Amino acid sequence: MSGPHYNFAYLNEQTKRMIRRAILKAVAIPGYQVPFAAREMPMPLGWGTGGVQVTAACLTAEDTLKVIDQGADDTTNAVSIRKFFVKTANVATTEQTEEATIIQTRHRFPETPLKENQILVYQVPIPEPLRFLEPRETETRKMHALEEYGVMHVKLYEDISRFGEIATAYAYPALVNDRYMFDPSPIPKFDNPKLDQSPALQLFGAGREKRIYAIPPYTKVKSLDFEDYPFTLPTWEKPCAICGSKTSYLDEILTDDQGGRMFVCSDTDYCRKNQVAK
Amino acid sequence: MNGLLTVDNITKNYGSRVGCHPASFELWPGEVLAIVGESGSGKTTLLKCISGQMDPTSGSVRYTKRDGEQILFQNLSEAERRFLMRTDWGFVHQDARDGLRMGVSAGANVGERLMAVGDRHYGHIRKSAADWLRQVEIDVERIDDSPWSFSGGMRQRLQIARNLVTAPRIIFMDEPTGGLDVSVQARLLDLMRGLVRNLGLAAVIVTHDLAVARLLSTRMMVMQAGSVIETGLTDQILEDPQAPYTQLLVSSVLQV
Amino acid sequence: MLKVENLSKQFTLHQQGGVQIPVIPRLSFSVTSGEAVAITGPSGRGKSSLLKLLFGSYIATSGSIKILHEAEWLELTNISPRHMMDVRNKTIGYVTQFLRVIPRVSTLTIVSEPLIYRGVEVSAALLRAQNLLDQLNIPQKLWHLSPMTFSGGEQQRVNIARGFAAHHPLLLLDEPTASLDDENRNRVMELIREAQKNGSAILAVFHNEDERHLVCERDIAL
Repeated sequence: MSGPHYNFAYLNEQTKRMIRRAILKAVAIPGYQVPFAAREMPMPLGWGTGGVQVTAACLTAEDTLKVIDQGADDTTNAVSIRKFFVKTANVATTEQTEEATIIQTRHRFPETPLKENQILVYQVPIPEPLRFLEPRETETRKMHALEEYGVMHVKLYEDISRFGEIATAYAYPALVNDRYMFDPSPIPKFDNPKLDQSPALQLFGAGREKRIYAIPPYTKVKSLDFEDYPFTLPTWEKPCAICGSKTSYLDEILTDDQGGRMFVCSDTDYCRKNQVAK
Repeated sequence: MNGLLTVDNITKNYGSRVGCHPASFELWPGEVLAIVGESGSGKTTLLKCISGQMDPTSGSVRYTKRDGEQILFQNLSEAERRFLMRTDWGFVHQDARDGLRMGVSAGANVGERLMAVGDRHYGHIRKSAADWLRQVEIDVERIDDSPWSFSGGMRQRLQIARNLVTAPRIIFMDEPTGGLDVSVQARLLDLMRGLVRNLGLAAVIVTHDLAVARLLSTRMMVMQAGSVIETGLTDQILEDPQAPYTQLLVSSVLQV
Repeated sequence: MLKVENLSKQFTLHQQGGVQIPVIPRLSFSVTSGEAVAITGPSGRGKSSLLKLLFGSYIATSGSIKILHEAEWLELTNISPRHMMDVRNKTIGYVTQFLRVIPRVSTLTIVSEPLIYRGVEVSAALLRAQNLLDQLNIPQKLWHLSPMTFSGGEQQRVNIARGFAAHHPLLLLDEPTASLDDENRNRVMELIREAQKNGSAILAVFHNEDERHLVCERDIAL
């Protein structure tokens, strides 16, 4: 199926080398946003071009790739990216988390715990967590350099004063390795604790913003909070309507236009396994 | 014994144009120094050069810390400078929009400096913010409102509260009453006067308004064309000005 | 307490072609503690100017002003503004008939402030302020208001109370009783005598001969 027209994994070797250097630097400085020369990809910006470039740079012929979008393997974005790598790299693909060596994800961390030989690649729209408060790139860089992260709490303060709790539910800022403030991409804050001390290598690629950052295996990731408003996880009143899981992140699905709805696992692979186990 | 702030031969050139000729002075705790002069006389340049907002071309600024140690501002690392500027020093901009974070609420504006120095207790931050709003006479009900919904005078007072929350020892003000109408000005001046006295702050205030200088300051520096031409006690400068330009300045304002 | 030697003052008006206006011609005198001295002379002879020179509002053209400040003689003609502020806080008090009204500040605060600047306990300062206001017939119901809306005479008395509050070793009085009624004038004269008895030196300009004779032992004629 792989056409002869493409270099392995689409990008040329020099570009992959450039991206790998950026990744190495990112791993060496956990949480630091490394600039890289992001390329045009054959898909629009916002469709995961950053993640795709990182995946392309990491991919070998022996890898098994899994792609998820909001936890699901069968959504448009996931299917397109998976097809893209099958076509350009002819790698094996899977929907099973434990079988994959590289998992590219948009907006979720899989429910199945990751292992040491796995790489999780996140697609990132806005890598700069301080952007909300400070529009100047020169200033945010300085703030990172000087660890001036106090203002990050301003955002949480605003949440509490407005909603009575920290209402930020996704892209919840955290401190990596007690040093760099980072944006975990728009994953739900439900997933934040999974990033902490994860055995897998986590890579973040932002195509439009041309930034790569990383959390090496077994690195501390601490979500921001206040002493009197500690970080909390969302809970659901009912378990997953399909598999009955009480521990997984649930999506709300509208079933008709009469107000009918159900809550089901967002991680389709995990949900299926749970059903089989039952 | 050293003054709180010792300014030694500060100059600033903008290319070949001189913004400020060598200026030196010492500021002591509890003193309010007014720098007066007409627009373009270099007073804002001088203020920015001594307050870390702008790098001077030459000269030095020394600051005596709470423990009595005198430090040379120019020798501090950028991290130390910025820390000093958001703890022991405060800066009130002429345009409140430069000094406030307009995108967040009034309470967050006041609380920001606390969070920046490590306060991680929401209840405490919130209480301090409310206390300071009260002190600058902003209705505490407005704590969650955006500064966009505030009048000019309120924004200026909010800016002052935002600066004072970390109990600074020096506050720099650039035309703090500029652009406010007269009655609002008077209220702001009263407030600043009270705060300066009750908190034992030292202040450097740039103004072109001699009435503002008279009400707030103990000492005055008169600038013309980038040079300091006269310094002295405020009442002495206003009642017995020596330099021709100061005499012109004093005689051209209505009785203050 | 105070030694003035060859003091002269002239204004140079640069706006009017540098015309020079002599105000005080080479004046020498001294005042000791507990002494009350009147400055006399026809109007326009620089009586008020002399007081302003001593207080530091005017800069002397030549000559010397020495004052006993915290048990040391201090030359005032070349003193730094910061030291002059200290001298004003602790040694020289200045009372005019004109109150520089500070809006929104209560009468009690205005009167007690000079003491608080000198480090006196707030409660003691307030007590002293209350006594003075009482002595000068300012009704108690006005104490917590700003004197901004007071009558001219009341404002004047508030200012006098403020001037006498801090027991300055040298008091400069510029027509303190002008435009007061007899009753209040007597109260002020009492205050002056009291201050004198407590050891303050008094240098005063009176607009009224009788008052001058009432408190002052000698004159400096201009």
